[in-house]
Amino acid sequence: MALLNLHLKVWRQKNNEDEGRFVDYNIQDISTEMSILEMLDVLNEKLIKEGQEPVAFEHDCREGICGCCGIFINGRAHGPLKRITTCQLYMRHFKDGETIVLEPWRAKGFPVLKDLMVDRSAFDRIIAAGGFVAVNTGGAPDANAVPIPKHNLEKALDAAECIGCGACVAACKNASAMLFVSAKVSHLVRLPQGKPEREKRVFAMLNQMEKEGFGSCTNTEACSAECPKGISMDVIAQLRREYFRASVRQEKE
Amino acid sequence: MALTGLFLYIFLIEHLIANLLLLNNDNGEAYTIYAEVLGSAYNIPLRIIEFGLFFFLLYHATNGTRLWITNRNAKGIHYFVNRASENSTFFSRFMIQSGSVIFIFLVIHLRSFFVHYRLETPDDTMYQGVVKAFENPLYSWFYIIAMILLAFHLVHAFQSAFQTLGLRHNKYTPFIKSFGVIFSILICAGFALIPVYFLYINNTGGH
Amino acid sequence: MKLDSKIPAGNLAEKWSNQKFNYKLVNPANKRKYEIIVVGTGLAGAAAAASLAELGYKVKAFCYQDSPRRAHSIAAQGGINAAKNYQNDGDSVFRLFYDTVKGGDYRSREANVYRLAEVSSNIIDQCVAQGVPFAREYGGLLDNRSFGGAQVSRTFYARGETGQQLLLGAYSAMMRQVGLGNVEIFPRSDVQDIVVIDGRARGIVLRDMVSGKIESYIADAVILATGGYANVFYLSTNAKGCNATAIWRAHKKGALFANPCFTQIHPTCIPVSGSYQSKLTLMSESLRNDGRIWVPKDPNDKRPPNEIPESERDYFLERKYPSFGNLVPRDVASRNAKEMIDDGKGVGLTGKAVYLDFAEAIQRLGKDSITEKYGNLFEMYEQITNEDPYKVPMRIYPASHYTMGGLWVDYNLMTTIPGLFALGECNFSDHGANRLGASALMQGLADGYFIISYCIGDYLAQSKKDKLTTDAPEFKQAEKDVSDKINRLLNVNGSKTVDELHRELGMVMWDYVGMSRNAEGLTKAKKMIKDIREDFWKNVKIIGTNEEINQSLEKAARVADFLELGELIAEDALQRMESCGGHFREESQTEENEAKRDDENFSHVAAWQYNGADKPEVLHKEQLQFEFVKPSQRSYK
Repeated sequence: MALLNLHLKVWRQKNNEDEGRFVDYNIQDISTEMSILEMLDVLNEKLIKEGQEPVAFEHDCREGICGCCGIFINGRAHGPLKRITTCQLYMRHFKDGETIVLEPWRAKGFPVLKDLMVDRSAFDRIIAAGGFVAVNTGGAPDANAVPIPKHNLEKALDAAECIGCGACVAACKNASAMLFVSAKVSHLVRLPQGKPEREKRVFAMLNQMEKEGFGSCTNTEACSAECPKGISMDVIAQLRREYFRASVRQEKE
Repeated sequence: MALTGLFLYIFLIEHLIANLLLLNNDNGEAYTIYAEVLGSAYNIPLRIIEFGLFFFLLYHATNGTRLWITNRNAKGIHYFVNRASENSTFFSRFMIQSGSVIFIFLVIHLRSFFVHYRLETPDDTMYQGVVKAFENPLYSWFYIIAMILLAFHLVHAFQSAFQTLGLRHNKYTPFIKSFGVIFSILICAGFALIPVYFLYINNTGGH
Repeated sequence: MKLDSKIPAGNLAEKWSNQKFNYKLVNPANKRKYEIIVVGTGLAGAAAAASLAELGYKVKAFCYQDSPRRAHSIAAQGGINAAKNYQNDGDSVFRLFYDTVKGGDYRSREANVYRLAEVSSNIIDQCVAQGVPFAREYGGLLDNRSFGGAQVSRTFYARGETGQQLLLGAYSAMMRQVGLGNVEIFPRSDVQDIVVIDGRARGIVLRDMVSGKIESYIADAVILATGGYANVFYLSTNAKGCNATAIWRAHKKGALFANPCFTQIHPTCIPVSGSYQSKLTLMSESLRNDGRIWVPKDPNDKRPPNEIPESERDYFLERKYPSFGNLVPRDVASRNAKEMIDDGKGVGLTGKAVYLDFAEAIQRLGKDSITEKYGNLFEMYEQITNEDPYKVPMRIYPASHYTMGGLWVDYNLMTTIPGLFALGECNFSDHGANRLGASALMQGLADGYFIISYCIGDYLAQSKKDKLTTDAPEFKQAEKDVSDKINRLLNVNGSKTVDELHRELGMVMWDYVGMSRNAEGLTKAKKMIKDIREDFWKNVKIIGTNEEINQSLEKAARVADFLELGELIAEDALQRMESCGGHFREESQTEENEAKRDDENFSHVAAWQYNGADKPEVLHKEQLQFEFVKPSQRSYK
């Protein structure tokens, strides 16, 4: 275990109306065994004691599954490592004396609420538009009634691993939510249970995505590269196929 | 974008094959015949294709610009530090820039060849025009740089078009990706060969 | 107060069917006239919100996170139990019921547990219909794994992310109802009080976490599904935001709190590395199938683990429990690790860990086979500790994980406040003194999908509609109380941060009210908690105002409640002078230092009634009847 002295450049913004600015902080004796969020805890404790306002940042489970945390760290969504969330980034990956720049996710669809916190409720509205299988509780057939090939199941699960953190939108130069939308479309369409609504779903979710102000996909693949769950570009290709299929098949309502 | 892009790809291949006729050491005979056939006002199917080509090109350019604007707006504020090179290729992030230069190039290119030899009344053959144009190092180098940018554009464009069409599979996608890179570079190198040839190798042809 | 559990008469297997038939129904056309508030959007909350909205009720769902999908149910790794008997290995509803009652060390209600086992199969059907991708065999049928405390394979799973997949299923079912206009969601809402009017729960008061506004919402019934209170220990495997505020407020408004001392400590967590540690990460219990737990025999042995020869290692679980070895239940494994550490044999820099060694398993099965089984856990461990468990033994330490105690509810999941229901981990009902692995998900979804929809209809059908609004004096009073509390917190302006004080509380809870408890320590803890509470109200420092996002203020309000709940946990632990399940009283052990239950005096649910600030709470007892399972002493020798 070693101790680091660091220079932080943190985006501070009082609320959605405030313009925001970077504020510099120096912080000493940070253990390499800390997570970056624990480093921020230490900074906040120090700020509170000095009578200054602590840095607001989103976090909850701190084990990489809830999808709350998300900071743009030194120019990368969730920091310099691949396939982890912000809370899983440990300080041993930084050097003594290094400057760490912390910015909130940037996208029109994710307005900044305060400091490093953004509003990702657009994702909820996209799911509400069609990211489900329309079954009511009760009356479901036996779980083994419809066999599902293991291969399909595994692929569906690969897509279903999305934690909705928004790193895909943050990393995308177009602020496109395509990976998020595609992951859900892909998860459901690969299962027999999701097939009856496949045409309706793809249109509904894409429409909502556009309404929320997200950009469109230009295949830079940054989303997939920064996705903490490693969701593949395959899902976007699958969404495209679903879209074409639905365009041809869907009857006018 | 994908469909128009792939169509433009086909055009590029055709154009390149024709251009390579310029390298045939026959003082432009083959090329002149080609230019005449192509330019013949009675070749109705060709005229239709030509019209389609212009339409697709314009659509590709305007739609690309529109996308760029909406996507830029969707991003809003940009990052203070952004290490995009860690997650995406250089080519993929600068499509509008490479596309814009290519568009300017096309305007000039069409002015000097298409407009001149097809719409005006030329006093020389197209072959002579080509040779003359490439004697000017400024023009040649502009041409070469435009081709390099075209290569940038195409390297991303080729595989991206397949992705957009949903044609992605771990069996053939790696092939599409590497084929796209090689193919795009070859096409652009082929085009760039013409000015290099006339500027440095055969700079007496037209005289 | 007489506690009536309202267990229906009849044979065990018929109770629930009879009860469902006896419940009064709300006419389908009338359902949309009833409004229901659901607090918490984890498995229980989201499932309840979805199912009730599907029936036609108007539901308002509240959560403190930025999205309902983030509730901590999402972190459950292992799986969900159900008595499907797909493996043809002799499972049945009765066996699942039996295992759960036994696993809970005979401190749960038979009727509730049987109902849980009964509906367990429906949960799997429902989830599959929603598109939850449970693991399958090559033939396309569902796969199962086995879990602690059971001799059959009945656990359904989706890689190591079962909780996530189930939660996303429930969340999407709820979001569908949001799209249809039957559910309204209120994320970033910190529920601060429960409003009771004419003896019935009628609404909530919350703080909007963005604007700071104190807002009231009225309904015909209120459902709490807010999860457990393990964060009273500061360090736990719970999410940072998990809190007891809603249930504690409900308790103060008259809901009895049952068995608060029944908390579960999980033996295989990644140990604390320093004082800045903010949370503990759990690693699946399955590691104990192949890992061997040991400490050096000599407390002064500070050599690296690989240099300590076999003969100088103490494989203490294998030594003490030859038949179960490293696979003893959670509480036994945890307690023994603590014992070793208390004897000074702990390993690592902090001395607060024991080794979990895979060297022998790697030699026996090959590295590939270990990777296949535990690869992702090994990766996670290395990511956090920077040590390669293929080469160096893992270091593990127990951590507070789950709370079996919670609001007392009757068979209809209703608390002692009419119209206030408690679902999932926040009620006390099904796990007794110890929860078995993969049963928490089962309970949350059973309550949410298949139980509450019946119970609540019965309640609503018997309650009269009225024209009350949030202008009622009870709401105004509650709003004022909340505002006063917030202002009080903001005005202390002391010198300690909320986290500092929370850590102090956690330390006391862990040391005296943790894995091993005794009268002296508990009495001391009660006093210490009281002191920290006083210190808190004199010395806490919160920067900023109420009218903005203020994370310190949010935390402070939660810790203020933990500081009261902590004392009740200690009191309950003090009064329960027996050892059972997760509750180990040093005074009550067998000659071989094992937990000794006292069925004669403690076969009851301890339900506590709030009696005013700083006054001792009143204890009520619900006697437990065991008609179908015969309590026996657990032995793992």
